[in-house]
Amino acid sequence: MALDALVEIRDLNFSYGERPILKGINMDMHRGQVIAILGGSGSGKTTLLRLIGGAVRPSSGYVKLEGNVVHKLTRDELFRIRRKMSMLFQFGALFTDLSVFDNVAFQMREHTDLPEPMIRDLVLMKLQAVGLRGAHDLMPAQLSGGMARRVALARSIALDPVLIMYDEPFTGLDPISLTVIGNLIRRLTDALGMTSVVVTHDVQESLKIVDYVYFIADGVIAAHGTPSEVRESVAPFVHQFVHGEEDGPVTFHYPAQAYARDLRLENSFA
Amino acid sequence: MPRRIVIGIRGVGHRVIDSIWRLGYASRFFLLTMLKSGTSLRRFGLIIREVYFTGVLSLIIILVSGLFVGMVLGLQGYETLQRYGAESAVGTMVALSLLRELGPVVAALLFASRAGSAITAEIGLMKATEQLAAMEMMAVDPIARVVAPRFWAGVISMPLLAALFSAIGVFGGYLVAVVLIGVDEGSFWSQMQDAVDFRYDIVNGVIKTCVFGVAVTAIAVFEGYDASPTAEGVSGATTRTVVTSSLAILGLDFVLTSFMFRGMS
Repeated sequence: MALDALVEIRDLNFSYGERPILKGINMDMHRGQVIAILGGSGSGKTTLLRLIGGAVRPSSGYVKLEGNVVHKLTRDELFRIRRKMSMLFQFGALFTDLSVFDNVAFQMREHTDLPEPMIRDLVLMKLQAVGLRGAHDLMPAQLSGGMARRVALARSIALDPVLIMYDEPFTGLDPISLTVIGNLIRRLTDALGMTSVVVTHDVQESLKIVDYVYFIADGVIAAHGTPSEVRESVAPFVHQFVHGEEDGPVTFHYPAQAYARDLRLENSFA
Repeated sequence: MPRRIVIGIRGVGHRVIDSIWRLGYASRFFLLTMLKSGTSLRRFGLIIREVYFTGVLSLIIILVSGLFVGMVLGLQGYETLQRYGAESAVGTMVALSLLRELGPVVAALLFASRAGSAITAEIGLMKATEQLAAMEMMAVDPIARVVAPRFWAGVISMPLLAALFSAIGVFGGYLVAVVLIGVDEGSFWSQMQDAVDFRYDIVNGVIKTCVFGVAVTAIAVFEGYDASPTAEGVSGATTRTVVTSSLAILGLDFVLTSFMFRGMS
């Protein structure tokens, strides 16, 4: 494992107004790793990705990417560094007015002066990597959910980034597409030597492909470790999450006053 | 009772501050669009593509409406003018009404409902489906890449559409007055030629359409960009585009007309 982390997160705090979302997060993400950030809905996982990408500013602490503190960059510097990173959005976020081919070619045309024949070859290679070379003429509306996600994956590797962030890449996919996307994330990370950060709540799928796992609950890192450590963990939260148990540290019931009191039965027992 | 009054006043104040804040935000957005127009002006293909969607696809509605408006003007003009034995002036009336007022205003109103609403809905949906966020993450500025080309396409299309509206309107007036009713063809055209002044009528009309073009497209792109990323957000923004730009067109038309045509015989 390389000594310098590609992404270094230290004492990161973030709040929306008065409401704290993330509290004192510390993480290191190294090159060639697939890292999963697991947590329930609303636990602050996606916010963490937005902080890494510089879309929002932390209340305190910092995210460093290749030694640069992300929130201190000017807009131009941020845009320069964003050319090295990519983000796969939950439902792909393909440009609906462009064909599959033009979607993948988008960044090449925006950021490089490559001649069109070379762009064509590169786009077809990227699409071949996700198995959709034959679909290059289709429009996004003609794709299934899984195919759209794969095209978005091809688009996100267009400029060979060093870091790809995936926001819930497994949501709403059938089992076959799920495995395909999972394997692609692993294969592309290994082939391109990049770092992948997968934000998800799909435990079983992500544990198959990742190198390291962080659990986030209530804005703090509740646990972290390799997949095998996580599977064998006896920590109550991790155990509940990995095995999908209904009750545990994360309670089934939303906090409320006593049930009897809500039903106005208190006095009748008195 | 006093408490209610306080709440009422507070509500009014809140709305006023909100509107002023939004106006400031819109002005800043407009300024940013201007500043970031370099990319689309350099890559003119981006604008041409949008001219097709906003301009070319609006042609049918503009041409058909223009024809009918011209035909109605011909009918009504003849009806009124013949009382004074001045039916040969119907050409003048049709041409001046169209060039000075109806061409720019009606074409702009149609443009706002056909192209303006489409621009708002498209940008709003791009926002709702995270396409704008994705673009930001790809280090491509959505204002430069999505907003500016649409804005300039609207500004270019509007005067051309209004010119076509007026031209086909004059033709409609000719069809009704000359072909259908039988007004003398020679006097129809010659009186029109004599009465229409290039500087006062045509140039002023073109200036109006340019101002309307800027107003309608600026409102449309802003509403789309500012829409909340939900179904109701986008539908509300689309409605606001049509309502606000229609009011803006009519208000601006009065202001421009009073500057352009005051004191003219």
